[in-house]
Amino acid sequence: MTPNYGSKRVVVGAHYGLRDWLSQRVTAALMALFTLILIVQVLLPSYARDSDGERIKDAAGNLQKIVGYDKWAGIFAPQWMKVLTFVVIVSLLYHVWVGMRDVLMDYVTSVGPRLVLQVFTIVWLVGCAGWAIQVLWRLS
Amino acid sequence: MRLVDAITGYRYPPMAVVSILHRVSGVIMFLLLPFIIWMFDTSLSTEISYERFARVFNVGVGGVPGWFFKLVALVLIWSYLLHLIAGLRHLWMDATHAVGLKFGRQSANFTMAASVVLTVLLGVKLFFF
Repeated sequence: MTPNYGSKRVVVGAHYGLRDWLSQRVTAALMALFTLILIVQVLLPSYARDSDGERIKDAAGNLQKIVGYDKWAGIFAPQWMKVLTFVVIVSLLYHVWVGMRDVLMDYVTSVGPRLVLQVFTIVWLVGCAGWAIQVLWRLS
Repeated sequence: MRLVDAITGYRYPPMAVVSILHRVSGVIMFLLLPFIIWMFDTSLSTEISYERFARVFNVGVGGVPGWFFKLVALVLIWSYLLHLIAGLRHLWMDATHAVGLKFGRQSANFTMAASVVLTVLLGVKLFFF
């Protein structure tokens, strides 16, 4: 019989404890970073630029400030922001799945209702993520 | 926690309250996810949809007044702030092994106070400016 103690002990279980603990923190950090980048871009003024990326000045030498929709849409226009937003959407999908699954495991103890709610959670999340990604790449 | 106090005589420590609020705020954001993506969609897609987005909050839509949507947005703002600060508290405790009773109590109180103060400030901005 093989020894089952010390460093040779066979550890049983689903093995997702550490993985979930780590993924929950990594995805959270990504979303926090995204929040920070978005807030900075919203708070900083943005200016009209020509095709060479130079800031456009009027006759008096003043820069032209962009506000409202143009500023908001301009934040999500660069490819790097689209990629970052995509990464955050996927992070959110996984983060919320781990969180909701933990909540359901704690409060819904019957297998049947829990399975129904877990399936609902997956459908809800995948649907929302698909919608958000569609919005992201519809933008010019 | 008064209702719970009255029934059980047990006072929840702030750490327990933050723990449950972390979950409550997460579930609120999960359930309101379609509303969040609707905001993302209409505010960003076109200039016309942006105006429709603004009108929903300023005037309302389908007989539902605009302030109701602002209130829902404010609930989301609070949920996000509490969830974010509570999460940062976790990261801080993981990184520094700050697991003492005193730190737990103080940081839990800070989490709740900061989320409420920031929510009030953003609420003033949302409703009055």
